[in-house]
Amino acid sequence: MKRLLYTLVAAMLPSVTVWAQVAPQVLTAEAARVAVVERASSSTVAIFAKGGQGGGSGVVISSDGYALSNFHVTHETGLAMKCGMADGKLYDAVIAGLDPTGDVALLKLLGRDDFPHAEMADSDKVQVGDWCFAIGNPFLLATDFHPTVSYGVISGVHRYQYPAGSILEYTDCLQADAAINPGNSGGPMFDAAGRLIGINGRGSFEKRGRVNVGVGYAISINQVKNFLGHLKSGRLVDHATLGASVRSDENRRVIVDDVLEESDAFRRGLRHGDEIVSFGGRSVSTVNAFKNVLGIYPKGWRVPLSFRRKAEAFDVLVRLRAVHREGELAELVAGTPKVEPEKTPKPMPGQPPKHEPKPKAKAHGKPAPMPEIVKQHYVAKTGYVNYYFNELNRDRVWKALVARGDFSAWQGAWTLAGKVGPAEDFKLEFSEKQASIKLPSGELKIEWEGQLANHLGPPGSGGLLVSLAMWRRLLVMGPVNFGEVYYLGTTPCEGREKPADVLVAVHGDIECRFLFDPEGGQLVAMEMIPEEDSDPCELFFSEFHEVEGRILPGRIEVRHGDDFKEVFQCKQFTFGPPPEKQP
Amino acid sequence: MTEQLPDLPRCERTLAGVGPSKRLVALAAVAFWLAAACSSGLIAKRVLAADSFAEVIEASQPKIVKIYGAGGVRGLEAYQSGFLISASGHILTAWSYVLDTDYITATLDDGRKFEAKLLSADPRLELAVLKIDADELPHFDLAAGVPAESGSRVLAFSNLFGVATGDEPASVQHGSIAVKTRLDARRGTFETPYHGSVYVLDAMTNNPGAAGGALTNQNGELLAMLGKELRNAQNNIWLNYALPIDELRASVEQILQGNFRPGEDQPEIKPADAVDLAQLGLVLVPDVLDRTPPYVDTVRGGSPAEGAGIKPDDLIVFVGENLIRSCKGLREELARTERDGKLRLVLMRGQELVEVEIPPAVLVESKQK
Repeated sequence: MKRLLYTLVAAMLPSVTVWAQVAPQVLTAEAARVAVVERASSSTVAIFAKGGQGGGSGVVISSDGYALSNFHVTHETGLAMKCGMADGKLYDAVIAGLDPTGDVALLKLLGRDDFPHAEMADSDKVQVGDWCFAIGNPFLLATDFHPTVSYGVISGVHRYQYPAGSILEYTDCLQADAAINPGNSGGPMFDAAGRLIGINGRGSFEKRGRVNVGVGYAISINQVKNFLGHLKSGRLVDHATLGASVRSDENRRVIVDDVLEESDAFRRGLRHGDEIVSFGGRSVSTVNAFKNVLGIYPKGWRVPLSFRRKAEAFDVLVRLRAVHREGELAELVAGTPKVEPEKTPKPMPGQPPKHEPKPKAKAHGKPAPMPEIVKQHYVAKTGYVNYYFNELNRDRVWKALVARGDFSAWQGAWTLAGKVGPAEDFKLEFSEKQASIKLPSGELKIEWEGQLANHLGPPGSGGLLVSLAMWRRLLVMGPVNFGEVYYLGTTPCEGREKPADVLVAVHGDIECRFLFDPEGGQLVAMEMIPEEDSDPCELFFSEFHEVEGRILPGRIEVRHGDDFKEVFQCKQFTFGPPPEKQP
Repeated sequence: MTEQLPDLPRCERTLAGVGPSKRLVALAAVAFWLAAACSSGLIAKRVLAADSFAEVIEASQPKIVKIYGAGGVRGLEAYQSGFLISASGHILTAWSYVLDTDYITATLDDGRKFEAKLLSADPRLELAVLKIDADELPHFDLAAGVPAESGSRVLAFSNLFGVATGDEPASVQHGSIAVKTRLDARRGTFETPYHGSVYVLDAMTNNPGAAGGALTNQNGELLAMLGKELRNAQNNIWLNYALPIDELRASVEQILQGNFRPGEDQPEIKPADAVDLAQLGLVLVPDVLDRTPPYVDTVRGGSPAEGAGIKPDDLIVFVGENLIRSCKGLREELARTERDGKLRLVLMRGQELVEVEIPPAVLVESKQK
C-alpha cells in the first residue's frame, strides 16, 4: 500500500513541479493562443462529398456564408456538398464560382445569415518566420466537424510553383512548415492573430508518400481578394497573361522575348528586347517574380507596367489577356483528372509508403437529387457554373442604380448640350435609330444600320456615338431587355480605392462593360469594345447631379488609346417623346 | 526539477531489449518529453514572447547558398544547399553526387550566380567545401558555432525541393532538437558512412535538396549542417537530423588549410615506376561520363587488390590523403604514386567506408610478375 502511494505521488510530482514553474507570461500567451485558435476554428469548414467519397476543408469569409476552398476539392464533390462546422452542425452548400487555374472555389453555405467568419489579412505583409497555423480536415478526421490545428512558421513568401501536370498553377503563394496533409486542401492558413492569410492547397509530396513533409503551400489571400468579385459571378473565372514572354539575362534583368501584336501590351508600346522594371507595382528581377505578379490578376484587369528601352523609361497601364480561349477552360475542367484524391493513406509498417493508384474518375452519371435549399440557390445555364449567382449580382448592381433614378420612361431621343474642349459648344443626340454630334466645325450623323462596329465616329474617338447609344440603351431598357447582360465581377477603376462592379452587355457585334461604384451604386465608367484585341472607347462619368428626379453626370470624359481625350461638360439634358409604336 | 524526470541512461537500459528502431523512437520521445518539460519553464518564455523570427532569419538568409550540379534524373535532384563560412567565398555543404561534375554553380541569396570549385571533401563526415570567387560575403563563423541541447529551439535554412531560385530566399523551418545521439548504433538501419553524433530534429527538415543547409538556434548562431536524406531501412522512416558543427570543424579547417585536395589539383610528378590499375588487378566500370565515379567492376583473382580485400562495386574515394572523384582522376593519381611506397585506399562499400592497404612488397612483386 505504501509503495502504491509512493508511486502515485511520484507519478504526480513531475507535472505538479513543472506547472508551478511556468511563468505567468507563458500562461497568458498560451491562453491568448487558445482563444485565437478557437475563434479561427469556428470559421473553418470540413467539406464532405456525398457518400464520404473525398472531401477537404474550407473557410467562411462573410456572415452570409460565402466560403473559400480549393477547386480540386469541389471538383470531387460536385455542385452541392455538405459542410460541417466546429459548432457540430452540418450545412448544405453550393458552388458560387470557380477559378480552376488558381485552384480556388467559392461556395455559399446555406441556412444562416450569421455564420462565424474569418477576417482577411493583408498577406503581402506576412514575413518569413512569422508564426502561422493551418486549420482543416486532414485525412478527413473531422467526423465530428471539429477541425485539426497545426502550428508552424512561414518558410517562404511570394513562392512560384509550376503547374503540376494540370492547369493548377500556384503563383505568389505562401510556404509554411505547419503540417499540411491530404484533406487540409481548401482550408485556411491563419496568422498568429487568427486572421486569414491564405488557402492551403498544395504540398511538396514526393517520394515519401502523401503525407506532410514540412513544406505546404497556401494561395495568398490577396490573390483571392482580386478574384473574389469574379468568383461571385457564378462563372468559371480565367487568369491572365500579358501577351508577352520574358526571360532573364545574365545581368539578372527580365527581358521581353516576344510580344503578341494583337495584345494590349503591344498597343501600349512594349517591344521585343525591352526590360521589364516593375509590374503590378512590384519590382521584377526574375521570371518567377514576373509570373508571380501575373498569377494574382483576373483576365481583363489593367495593371501598371514599367519598362525600359535603352535610356527611355515607359510607365503604362496594360490590360491583361485571357490565358485560355473561349470555352477552353470549360473543356479542361470537364477533362481534368482528379488532382488530389483526398483519401486516408493506410500506413503499413515495414513497407515503403506506396503511391496509391489514383481512383478512376467516376462517371458523372446520374447526379444525386439536390437538397431543396440547394435547388433554391442553383440555376443551370450553359457557360456558367451556377447562373443563380450571376443573376443575383446583376440584379443587385442594377437595383442600386435604379434606386438613384428610373430611366425606363425616357424612351425617346436623348440630347446633351454644353461645352467641349477649351470652350466649344456641342450638341449630342442619340436614340435607338440614330446618333449625331454637332460642333461649330461640323456635324456627324450616323444611322444604326448593319454592324455597329462599322460606325465608330467621330474619327479618333473609337466610337463615342455608339457608346452613348449603348449607355442610353442600358439605362432605358435595363439589363433584362438590353440583350445579353451578365455580371463579370470587379475590376479596379481609375480614381477609386475599391474595385468597381462590372456588368457586361452585348448588343449585336459589340460588347460594353459598365463599371459601377460598389458603394454608391453609381455608373461611373463604361468601355465599348467594337472588336476583340482593339482599344475600347472609354467614357468616365462624374460631377453627378439631379435631372428631373434622375441622377446624371455633368462631366463625361472620353478616351481612346493613348491619344484621344476629350471632356464634355454637359449643361443641358433633354429627353424627346417616345417613338410612336409601329402599327 | 531534474530528479522527477526519468534520466536517460536508465531509459536506455530498460529499452535495451526492444528492437533498435523502436528504441531510438522511444528514446527520442523521452528526450522530447524531457525537452518539452524543460522548455515550458525556461526556454518557452522568450519564444512565446517573440511574435516572429523574421529579424533573426533576415540576418541568416544572406549566408545561405543554393547549389546546382549533377543529377536531374528521377529521384536524384540536381541541387542541394550550403552556407558561406568565410567572407572570401568558402561554402560548406554536403558531400554528394550533386558535386560529381566540373560545373558546380552556387547562387547566393542576392541572386548572384558563381561557378564553384570543389576545394575538397571528407566522405567520412559527408561534407565538402566549395569556393567561389567573391569577397566581403556575409558568412557563419565556424569557430563561433555553438553546441545545443535537447529541447533547443532551432531554425533550419535550406533550399529543400529547390523551391527557391535566383534571388528568392531559401526556405526556413522551425522545430526543436529532439535528442543528440549517434547514428552508428543504428548500423544496418540508417545506412550512412557518418558515425559521429547527430542532432535528431523535431522538424521536417531533411527533404530532397536540403542537405548542406544550416541549422541555427533562435539567435541565429550556427549549430549544425543538415544531413543527407536518410531512411531507416527497416521501417522506412525518414530521419530529420543535422551534423553538429563541433563534429565537422576540424575536418573543415584541414580542408581550408589545403589538406585533402582533390587529386587533379596535385602538381605533375610522374615517377618512373608508377602504380597502374592492371598491376593492382582492378578493372573499373566503363569510363563514359564527364566524371565517372570510380567503381570497381572486377577484381582479378590472385591480384594485390584481391589480397587487400577490394571487392566489385567498391567505390574508390581516397588514394592516400587525396580525394578521388572520377575514373580519370584515379588513373592520374595512381600515375603519381610510386610503387615502392605503401598504397592506402579508402573505399565506399554500400554505405560503409573501408580502408585497405597494399604493402610495397606486394606491389613490387606483382610488377615483377
